[in-house]
Amino acid sequence: MTSRPIATTRSVMGVPTGRLAVWWVLASEIVLFGGLLGSYVMLRLRHDAWADQSANTSTWAGGFNTLVLLTSSLLAVLAHQAAERGDGQKAARLLRYTILGGGVFLMVKALEWTHEIQAGFTITSNLFWSFYYMVAGLHAAHVVAGMVMMFIVSLTAARNEELHRVENVGIYWHFVDVVWIFLFPLLYIAK
Amino acid sequence: MSNHAGHAEPAHNDEGFIKTYLWSTDHKVIAMQYLFTGMLMAIIGGFTVYVFRMQVAFPGEAVPLFGRVSAGQYNSLVTMHGTIMIFWVAMPVLLAAFGNFLIPLMLGCDDMVFPKVNRLSYQIFLLSAVVLVASFAVQGGAFGGAWTAYPPLSASGEYNLTPYGATLWVVAVALEFVAFLLGGVNFVTTAMNSRAPGMRMFDVPIIVWMIVIASILFMASVGPLIAGAVMLLFDQLLGTGFYDPATGGDPILWQHLFWFFGHPEVYVVMLPAVGIVAEVIAVFSRKKLFGYRTIVYTALATGVISFFVWAHHQFIAGIDPRMASLFSVTTLIISVPIAEMIFVYIATLYGGSITLATPMLWALAFVAEFLIGGVTGIFLGAAGADIYLHDTFFVLAHFHYTFFPIAIISAFAGITFWFPKMFGRMMDERLGKIHFWGTIIAFNVIFIPLFITGVAGDHRRIFDYSGFPDLATPELQYLRIIATVGLLVLLAFQPVFFFNFVRSLVRGAIASPNPWRSNTLEWAAPSPPPHGNFAELPEVYRGPYEYSTEGREEDFWPQHIPGSAPGAGQ
Repeated sequence: MTSRPIATTRSVMGVPTGRLAVWWVLASEIVLFGGLLGSYVMLRLRHDAWADQSANTSTWAGGFNTLVLLTSSLLAVLAHQAAERGDGQKAARLLRYTILGGGVFLMVKALEWTHEIQAGFTITSNLFWSFYYMVAGLHAAHVVAGMVMMFIVSLTAARNEELHRVENVGIYWHFVDVVWIFLFPLLYIAK
Repeated sequence: MSNHAGHAEPAHNDEGFIKTYLWSTDHKVIAMQYLFTGMLMAIIGGFTVYVFRMQVAFPGEAVPLFGRVSAGQYNSLVTMHGTIMIFWVAMPVLLAAFGNFLIPLMLGCDDMVFPKVNRLSYQIFLLSAVVLVASFAVQGGAFGGAWTAYPPLSASGEYNLTPYGATLWVVAVALEFVAFLLGGVNFVTTAMNSRAPGMRMFDVPIIVWMIVIASILFMASVGPLIAGAVMLLFDQLLGTGFYDPATGGDPILWQHLFWFFGHPEVYVVMLPAVGIVAEVIAVFSRKKLFGYRTIVYTALATGVISFFVWAHHQFIAGIDPRMASLFSVTTLIISVPIAEMIFVYIATLYGGSITLATPMLWALAFVAEFLIGGVTGIFLGAAGADIYLHDTFFVLAHFHYTFFPIAIISAFAGITFWFPKMFGRMMDERLGKIHFWGTIIAFNVIFIPLFITGVAGDHRRIFDYSGFPDLATPELQYLRIIATVGLLVLLAFQPVFFFNFVRSLVRGAIASPNPWRSNTLEWAAPSPPPHGNFAELPEVYRGPYEYSTEGREEDFWPQHIPGSAPGAGQ
């Protein structure tokens, strides 16, 4: 099961293979969200009226979520630091705190959406809301994926195995965080 | 069959049929899975073109093996032909099959860096193929809104009349992209990090460079289309209006997202093809590849420029004329690096001792036919000419003169060239040549008439010209019939290849490890390479194209053989 090909252990570029792969995955993710946000911005520039719609989003909830994600990213960094020191137990614990951050983020998101849908703002009510739910939903899917991966990594890290994965999953988590940093002003603050 | 002895059992080579052929993480097995799936899809894609070309040549008559074609079926067949040939034939064969097979072997390592991701990549790809083929069977039939899926036609079942097919099409394409993203990450990381000791960046064979650049292009361009596909799916299923002007959306947005991917995609499949041709031409010219670095740099330049040409597909979509001129210029610029590549190949051939073996014939045919595709592209790149030629058969003939060399000719070059390595046996040369000439001549018979009908104004994707008084041109019918006859001849020659393939698998002459006396590392492994590829992982001492080196007795000099050139100093 764990026998790896020699190819995996080589490192001609001097960058560990796993980390290199994460960066390439992120490169493809950047253009995905780039295309989505680019489309949103292009259409938004043509429709001033969307500002009236975005006035109904809760900047406070979005701001709180930004804080939560940033804090969870800090925890991911601390987990990486612990992994570097070889303390797998601590790294695993910190990763689980990070997962908790993702959970809080999703809960706030769910409350927001419930509120908005009850107020009559659904995905079909206006193109702004279509973008709002789609972009934030795609981002939330990435949050969930990150939480699942961090949980898997925390299992091996707790046994002091595969500690390099703590850093790799952390890089992914920072990316998810950065995407939100773009979404928050574009969907919430710009009114 | 295999008993499941559990985890205690150490890894054996005789792991049973399923583990060895269906659930394997071995890059060579995965390459074969991609190759055979691609070939199977090519048969489906070939059948669709047979049916709708028969309809164009003999409108309204029952097509043998299919029956009478309805307008809706015609649309589905045309759409599926384009979709299948590009996404389920060109991509899996050129990028995934050759990439998986060659990258670890040519870089002198035992496997891809992430073998399990690799296996997952194929499984997702297989699922995508199943979804696509299954869409033929749903109510309304397979998607009929053309392979470019422009909204509003694609966004609403009322317009395309294939509501289920349209959604399955989007799902299948999205799954396929996921498969190739996983594969691409594997290709790029393997090439970056797992080269054999001693192999510097410019010792990497051209085909590996090309597949890596193509993978990066794919990764950098497909994201916006995935975003666009999600929006399209929401428009279809949830009733959002991303592409609907009535709600403030914009149908042109899809065209931008699609072609931002779609044009780099041309180079995603073209670069591996020119890579295969480079390998074959160098070996059968017994000459050092002319301008190795030039090829690498032109490929990189092509990749970069390909991100700035997409709107040349939209000259008649109502885009700003100033933007059209801009994109005309970038489009004409991109022909410079491509022309440079062609010159480099001709320079390699010049003065070489050329052997016209089957792979070499295919490689030479690629250069010649692709040239026609490239030259006709100049007309379409210029906005003025394109506005007249847009959506005519001229466009169709043009891109078939690029895509047929890419997806079919270079694939045959690659398969006939690496067959001995893949399966340990030689293919039959005589059958190979019969197949070659039958295919190449028939190919030109199909598409030269279509250039003429296109210039005369024949529109693409028309079910029956007699239904449109201003398009009905009975005096062109004989050209349409010639093209269809050419297609029938081309299809009739393909069983020769399959017969040759199967017979050579079973009864071909046993191949030595290096039957073409080639330099690259895959020929240092046994034919076929066992699990793990090399008995001892090779080291690299020189570039891949040292043929006919002065002062050496043999006219080739494999990368893994130590030593410096006699009389060449250090």
